[in-house]
Amino acid sequence: MRWKTADYTGWGRVHRAKGQLARPERESTLEALIAEEPSPAIGMCRSYGDACLNDGGHAIDMTRMDRVLSFDAKTGVIEVEGGCRIGELARLFAPQGWLPAVMPGTGFATVAGCIANDVHGKNHHGIGSFGQHVISLTLLNGDKKQLISTKRSAGLFKATIGGLGQTGVIASAKLQMIPCKGDVMMVTERRIEGWDEFLAALDSSKATYTVGWIDATAKGDDLGRGILEEGETGAGLVPKPKKSRAIPFNAPGFALSKPVVRLFNKLYYSRVPKSGRTTVKPISDFFFPLDAIHDWNRLYGKRGFHQFQCVVPIAQADALREMLERIANSGLASPLAVLKRMGEGRGGYMSFPMEGYTLAVDFPNRAGAEYLIQSLIDMTEAAGGRIYLAKDSVATGAQVKPMYPEFADYQAEVQKADPDGHYTTDIIRRLDLRSKS
Amino acid sequence: MSETWIILGATSSMAKAFARAVAERGDGVLLAGRDMDDLKRTAADCAQRGAAVSEAIKFDARKRESFAPIYKRVLREDGMINVAVFVGSMPPQEDIDADPSLIEGVVKDSFTGPAEFLQGIAPEMEARGGGCVVGVGSVAGDRGRIGNYVYGAAKAGFATYLSGLRNRLTRAGGHVVTVKPGFVDTGMTWGIEGMFLVASPDKVAADILKAVDKKRNVIYTPFFWRYIMLIIRSIPEFIFKKMSI
Repeated sequence: MRWKTADYTGWGRVHRAKGQLARPERESTLEALIAEEPSPAIGMCRSYGDACLNDGGHAIDMTRMDRVLSFDAKTGVIEVEGGCRIGELARLFAPQGWLPAVMPGTGFATVAGCIANDVHGKNHHGIGSFGQHVISLTLLNGDKKQLISTKRSAGLFKATIGGLGQTGVIASAKLQMIPCKGDVMMVTERRIEGWDEFLAALDSSKATYTVGWIDATAKGDDLGRGILEEGETGAGLVPKPKKSRAIPFNAPGFALSKPVVRLFNKLYYSRVPKSGRTTVKPISDFFFPLDAIHDWNRLYGKRGFHQFQCVVPIAQADALREMLERIANSGLASPLAVLKRMGEGRGGYMSFPMEGYTLAVDFPNRAGAEYLIQSLIDMTEAAGGRIYLAKDSVATGAQVKPMYPEFADYQAEVQKADPDGHYTTDIIRRLDLRSKS
Repeated sequence: MSETWIILGATSSMAKAFARAVAERGDGVLLAGRDMDDLKRTAADCAQRGAAVSEAIKFDARKRESFAPIYKRVLREDGMINVAVFVGSMPPQEDIDADPSLIEGVVKDSFTGPAEFLQGIAPEMEARGGGCVVGVGSVAGDRGRIGNYVYGAAKAGFATYLSGLRNRLTRAGGHVVTVKPGFVDTGMTWGIEGMFLVASPDKVAADILKAVDKKRNVIYTPFFWRYIMLIIRSIPEFIFKKMSI
């Protein structure tokens, strides 16, 4: 297998890496590669910061290992190669009545990536995280090939779910899918006028899929206004999703300047009638709204953007409100801001979820953004919350480690699996997650 | 009417993309190649995408004895038999310069092997009154140049063969599509310097399928390679021989 020198970035494009990439197309090539040159795996590079980067080192691009290996239409158990994309599974199996149990906000994420970041979806409050639906997985590490699960090598399994690829390469995984009524979504959208109303609406929502869009530029009485979206799967006929468009070049800096974002958010808010509305949409439009615009990260210009995502316990909702005030005052927020209630479900030692409210906001990489996010991270820590490593690009190890109570277990398992640090990536170095404290 | 595709060289990424595309239409696929473990995985994948039949089957362009079991297997399927040829090999020209006996393998893989296979199945296609052959050549076959003229010569031979086969099968209601891809983002081109305008295997597969439906004779994919090659072919030999492109 040939190695290719390439420049690549995380989705936020603030962090960049230059390194040697190999892209195997067959299992035999993949196994030989890892035996010869154990290296971290990368997929579609949809994590925002540097979780998918290994600057100056090797990485294995798994995107060509993307086949469905087996599927049982009675039980909904599916086995796929690690590079298989979540959106592809939804497209293929929703018409047959099955959906991946958990789907992140982009269908381009690979299954192995979803496992390594233990991603959550709009149904987290009901069903938990991605890793909780992994029945077993095949892990390649040097010349070792192991089948692991909650029963076999449970510790290693928990260090692999949400483990940022530090235990080896996830070659394939067996997943439990969930039944769905068909491949369309019934979506109810409702205006929410302010913060308290938003929390109350999220708390009382009975929907399977719930997500809140929040106007992170609104202040004062409007603070926390937004739109609550609730969805259920259904059967029916809807027009096919529109053809995807691509952003052909980096947008200029003013595209997401303060007045533009404020105006956009205002229009976006008023788009939903005061009385609310219920519509029927193709499944991909609801789960992966931004996937129809290829390379949308270019809207943030060549300097890229940061995403901040935290979760705080229910009782600390006021801390989240303070964060939102700070964000609104900064004038740095972009239109992409999401509020959601999370359940407690998590699959691994380093999984993000905890019961509480989660807030995610994008910030163009401008002066002040990093400082703002740093302070938000500190506020999260003080509130007993946690930040999401798949999104983070600015935190320090000292901030992150106390947020993850099982960090020591993770570190011990990783040390056992990879004592020589073959699978270390940029995020691990930045947060100093491998060195013994 | 149901159709079955015999896909030769089904471990390649272009072939895999094409197999998936026809599987989603409900056609059957017999995935032929050497790496049975890999072919079985693709077969499982195609079955989940809706292929009427999806099986891995041994094929080696250099081993004539591997052909008969495939002929035998496909006879069990009703309807039209189609063949898509994705085999070929391209050792670096320097290796061939060092060991000229490598030429035999290149010609077997890229030309005579698949030609012999097609020759053997043509009577059955004629007897069934149709079917389609997709032969994947290369723009390298349009003009011999210093970097890969042995591979180019083999692909040129294959293109001429396909032209003749088209002439023959058309009389029986069949059709032959000659495909000349430019640079495609595959394992073969990964990490090779000087690639430009690289197309994804999915894009190439979609172009091929469109050409099959429209009964096109010779296609370049992506389409602009037709014009690039037109220019390259128009350079007078007395200039071309001094160039290194």
